[in-house]
Amino acid sequence: MEASERRVISVIVVNEASVLSRITDLFSGRGYNITSLTVAPIPDSKYSRLTIVTSGSVRVIEQITKQLHKLIPVLKVYEHADLVEKEMALVKFPASENITDIATLCAAYNGKIVNVAENIIIVMVADEPKRVDNFLKIINKYNPKEIVRSGAVALER
Amino acid sequence: MQISGAQMVIEALIAEGVDTVFGYPGGAIMNIYDEIYKQDKFEHILTRHEQAAVHAAEGYSKASGKVGVAMITSGPGFTNAVTGLADAYMDSIPLVVISGQVPMSLIGTDAFQEIDAVGISRSCTKHNYLVTDAKDLPRILKEAFYIASSGRPGPVHVDIPKDVTAQIASFDYSIELGLETYKPHTKGNPRQIKKAMEAIAKAKRPLFYLGGGIINSNAAYEVRELVHATGIPAVETFMARGTLSHDDEYLISMLGMHGSYAANMAMSETDLVIGLGARFDDRVTGKLSEFAKNAGVIHVDIDPASISKLVNADYPIVGDIKNVVGEMLKLSSSINPAKYTSWKDTIKNFDTLHPLTYHEDTDRLKPQWVIQRVGELLGDDANISTDVGQHQMWTAQFYPFSRPRQFISSGGLGTMGFGFPAAMGVKAASPDKVSINFTGDGSILMNCQELMTAVEKKLPVINIILNNNYLGMVRQWQTLFYDKRHSETDLSVQPDFVKLAEAFGGIGYRVTTKDEFDAALKGALEKNIVAFIDVVVERLENVMPMVPSGGSLFNMMLLEKKEKKK
Repeated sequence: MEASERRVISVIVVNEASVLSRITDLFSGRGYNITSLTVAPIPDSKYSRLTIVTSGSVRVIEQITKQLHKLIPVLKVYEHADLVEKEMALVKFPASENITDIATLCAAYNGKIVNVAENIIIVMVADEPKRVDNFLKIINKYNPKEIVRSGAVALER
Repeated sequence: MQISGAQMVIEALIAEGVDTVFGYPGGAIMNIYDEIYKQDKFEHILTRHEQAAVHAAEGYSKASGKVGVAMITSGPGFTNAVTGLADAYMDSIPLVVISGQVPMSLIGTDAFQEIDAVGISRSCTKHNYLVTDAKDLPRILKEAFYIASSGRPGPVHVDIPKDVTAQIASFDYSIELGLETYKPHTKGNPRQIKKAMEAIAKAKRPLFYLGGGIINSNAAYEVRELVHATGIPAVETFMARGTLSHDDEYLISMLGMHGSYAANMAMSETDLVIGLGARFDDRVTGKLSEFAKNAGVIHVDIDPASISKLVNADYPIVGDIKNVVGEMLKLSSSINPAKYTSWKDTIKNFDTLHPLTYHEDTDRLKPQWVIQRVGELLGDDANISTDVGQHQMWTAQFYPFSRPRQFISSGGLGTMGFGFPAAMGVKAASPDKVSINFTGDGSILMNCQELMTAVEKKLPVINIILNNNYLGMVRQWQTLFYDKRHSETDLSVQPDFVKLAEAFGGIGYRVTTKDEFDAALKGALEKNIVAFIDVVVERLENVMPMVPSGGSLFNMMLLEKKEKKK
């Protein structure tokens, strides 16, 4: 087996019905992995942009990009080599935890407290996926009640 | 022009030059059938099963080179048609398949005969549409025909809710195609083509590896020219049969699991594979790591995803075979055809050592004899369809094909039940040729209801049933790899095929000897109605040679050598 590598692929698609199913069906039908997937319309155009984090051997990644390109509503496929990549995470803590510590940690990961209620606080961080991993590991001791990650978005440098 | 959605479908088909539509009506598609009733520009052929409608459209398309059209209703009508869509997808056959759908207001409510048709067809079509507004229909239908027939061809499915077929909207078919995201690459890169030709000039044992893309691209005659200009020997895939004429001195034979010894050995010994419109399918390559191990690879294909998918291409060329081969021809003077004499002698020796043949050593007829006999009697005058199984491989091995589009078979999906309806489509497209369907006693029962269609529409397909009372190919694998445990493959209990054909108004023959076979074929040709010729053949005949699944091409099971019976 060839070594499996993590890759980020951006896909520009016509923003129309069932286009997302075409993409995800292709991945499931051909046995490719999706680690994360984000999608949103591109402003002032009829296109949407998907960012897919996947993994596979060089051959598999090449097939993924070619197969994506074969789909009729796909305009462009970028397999990123040199990219800026960010991911957001929201975390909910009990208000009883050490808020000062949490706020300091958030700041170190491009984040801050975004909501404070009687019993809980919600924080956000936005950073490289690997650093988000780190953040989530560190804050574990503050008893997070809920964690949500956005999946990565990326731009070629 | 303000017309209904249903009328738009008819107008679009007429504008596309469609002369034959295969289909089966039902609730959700009744508005369209009402318009079919009112028109006389194209013929509608009512099959007796939706699967057969799509296979017939495939046969029609393969024989004519045009887009095949089929129509079905929602729910079970559509699900019955899915096998045909998948078959066309695997073999890159251009089809437009139109299905009815429940009205928009009922979609998602589990309505009567509702199924998420585009959800099902997504993975077995080149593209599909759910039409939500009649004003989109002209564009969608025009795109459907264009997408089906351009680039790597394939089936396009258009699902139309019943209320959309009743909706009135403006129809203008002269609209320009948008499709900015779909631009098939047809012209090969000139620098790559030049580099490929330089590689060919340097090679000592080059080999053409001809695939079905040549037929789809209508490039067989250009390929013949290139083969003759360069003097390089060629092997054909199953899908490419007929690209070179059977008597072409440069044609070795078919390669792959049931390819000839010489073809598979040539592929194993070559130092440069020149792949044209072939996709290195597992039935062709055998064990990938041993496939053409010491060879460079030129791969010409219109589908970039086919290139370096399984075998790495040293010279990838994305483009239409017809264009690329045309460019290659212009550069072919750099190649000296006399150079390959010893290479060709090597291949000839392989063929002498283990020729593609069989032994007539039993009392019962040999299936291979029947196929060869039809070849002798009809040759070029017949179009040949097959079902799936042993008879299919024997046909590919032993029929003397002389032209492209003469051989119509289900290659990629391997669909039993394909042959008879496909042969009806072939006959509809090519009425001047005899339409033969070689089939087995297993396959024929999977769409035998089409006898009715063939009788009604006067499509005199001659079905030659090579009857060994087995699901022969599975039986062969059980004999060879499952220690002769013939699990559920014995078809000793079967219908009277003569009476079956007669019950529908066709003609039937049961044949046990060579003379009876000749007489039956002659009779069927003279009667000119749909026929079953039930040929009792040797039960335990195996398709040989054979590369066991996952084995290397050079490691073939071969026909036992025998002294000729006196």
